[in-house]
Amino acid sequence: MTSLTLVRRIRARPQIVFDAVTTAEGIAQWWGPDAGPVLVAETDPRVGGRYRVRFLRMLDNIEYESSGEFLEVVRPERVVMSWRWKDGVPDPGESRVEMTLKTIPEGTELTFTHSQLHDEESRRSHEGGWMGALDKLEARYARGNA
Amino acid sequence: MVNIPERLDRTFRALADPTRRAILAQLERRDGGTISELAEPFSILLPAVMKHLDVLAKAGLVTRSKSGRTVTVRLRAQPMREAMDWLQRYERFWSSSLDRLASYAQSKEAEARKKGR
Repeated sequence: MTSLTLVRRIRARPQIVFDAVTTAEGIAQWWGPDAGPVLVAETDPRVGGRYRVRFLRMLDNIEYESSGEFLEVVRPERVVMSWRWKDGVPDPGESRVEMTLKTIPEGTELTFTHSQLHDEESRRSHEGGWMGALDKLEARYARGNA
Repeated sequence: MVNIPERLDRTFRALADPTRRAILAQLERRDGGTISELAEPFSILLPAVMKHLDVLAKAGLVTRSKSGRTVTVRLRAQPMREAMDWLQRYERFWSSSLDRLASYAQSKEAEARKKGR
């Protein structure tokens, strides 16, 4: 499965982190690939509720928008949402964003996963584990053989 | 020009098959090979290997060159690089977002403590 997982330890209690990732006020502060501003943030954080975020990417000065539905909302432990880029730009298809919050002595451990990134193909290739193939071939290209 | 999502689809589709990945791995080890050399390790017929090579060639993952009656197959890097770039773009997106999320949440935590809770 084409997925990406990142883990962050944050010095804030899970309730605060949870609100930062589910409320419009919170999302407006951090969502996006670079320092470009969030232009629109709307959320309805309950199962079946929707969200929409529009941001400006500084790199190319282009606005992008993603939206989706809250699939699981368990404050302050877990939130799962579907993800779709507006007009399929930069990528078509629906993917899934999952955040799990764990209490640790210093605050919160956030495990963030964006999965089903390349929907049809990634589902089909799941068993095959093409990521292994990519890793191997990437090593070759890193050596400079084109 | 073919757009990038279409090319990515082809790359991922080509990589989704174990025989094709084995062919690519072989090509990586020996730096190119003839079709019969490539068919050797598999218990499949030459035409089936040719079909896999067609898929790989369409995705731009291999090139074929003919010299007399021998066709030599070689690996090509570009589509694979694009596939890697595409994945890394998401990684950069979230990595940068989560850094900002962490500092925002930490400032909210400090605020909450100041208020005495």
